[in-house]
Amino acid sequence: MKLSKSLQTLINPLSKENPVIVQVLGICSALAVTAKLEPAVVMTISVTAVLAFSNVIISLLRKTIPTSIRIIVQLVVVAALVVIVDQVLKAFAYDVSKQLSVFIGLIITNCIIMGRLEAFALNNRPYASFLDGVGNGLGYGIILIIVAFFRELLGSGTLFGIQVIPQWCYDHGYVNNGMMILPPMALITVACIIWVHRIKNKDLQE
Amino acid sequence: MENLNLFIRSIFVDNMIFAYFLGMCSFLAVSKNVKTAFGLGIAVSFVLIVSLPVTWCINEYILKPGALTWLGQEYADTDLSFLGLILFISVIAALVQILEMAIERFSPSLYNSLGIFLPLIAVNCAILGAVLFMQQRNFDNAWTATVYGAGSGIGWLLAITCLAAVRERLAYSQIPAPLRGIGITFIITGLMGMAFMSFLGIKL
Repeated sequence: MKLSKSLQTLINPLSKENPVIVQVLGICSALAVTAKLEPAVVMTISVTAVLAFSNVIISLLRKTIPTSIRIIVQLVVVAALVVIVDQVLKAFAYDVSKQLSVFIGLIITNCIIMGRLEAFALNNRPYASFLDGVGNGLGYGIILIIVAFFRELLGSGTLFGIQVIPQWCYDHGYVNNGMMILPPMALITVACIIWVHRIKNKDLQE
Repeated sequence: MENLNLFIRSIFVDNMIFAYFLGMCSFLAVSKNVKTAFGLGIAVSFVLIVSLPVTWCINEYILKPGALTWLGQEYADTDLSFLGLILFISVIAALVQILEMAIERFSPSLYNSLGIFLPLIAVNCAILGAVLFMQQRNFDNAWTATVYGAGSGIGWLLAITCLAAVRERLAYSQIPAPLRGIGITFIITGLMGMAFMSFLGIKL
């Protein structure tokens, strides 16, 4: 099946060029916010929004930015967008924004954003850059949500804070695995995802 | 004593890598051999030590609600904290730039061995992360902030050097093909993180 070019820009980052598990970008926040599903979903939306709009802005400016100062220009654009996201979250989702604490601010230094700006937005038209931003944001989000799903399910027995493992399991001796909530297990969960993904995509193996 | 405690805790307990996953990108990319890893670790620690007191002063005298009182009573109600992110990232970028020039001038050999990673420190999450944690924790004075920066930097240095050492040895081991490279590195970091958790509860 041959996909149209713009659809490909959108679909490719979901698996074959996934920013987190293939390009290994933006790991910091991917791991830190995944102990529960809710912050992971909010983080996905925030990163996708910042990524899509910064891609569009830089793509519009791409002919006017002098090469020597482009990093600073990019940082300022991204920082301005992140400030907007931060203020919106504080206004409409205060609890989640407290949970995410510094990680919203750290979207500025998220390597996915700088990576996509450098690799895509600087040489492509705004519409294609927008699709690329959305695609990469979602590709990042998929990993976040898979990791958060397993960590919350196995670690607290809940999904989105709702109890899903029934009480009789606990009565028969099932215990939540507290280990899953701790930071090291995030790394090991991501490693398992990479493992499965590379068994399916043999050409990515090293 | 308070500061010593903060120092030890920020190295072992609140380790930037193992507890908060900050600075993972360069941590994974530059940990292939011990020498470069150590060099990058030193540079990151240095930027942390310099940037924390500077950003502390900015936060204390410009950004905090009521921080502008020193300008005059009519500014007592000004709250500029929403400008924090933009100011901090520019200060960090500027500091890294100055540091780069200074290193080039005074130690060309170190400058050459670090290469591209020196300017990239500006977008290392560990730096901005430490600055934001500093803002959140509300340290009393610039000295405490410096101690926190030094601790976080040394913790990062320790982590990246250890990982590089382990990865050098990995060359001789048989790893399932899909896990080779980045997969096994994640698992090693996870295991090292668990080892570091045994430091939890250290208090001086």
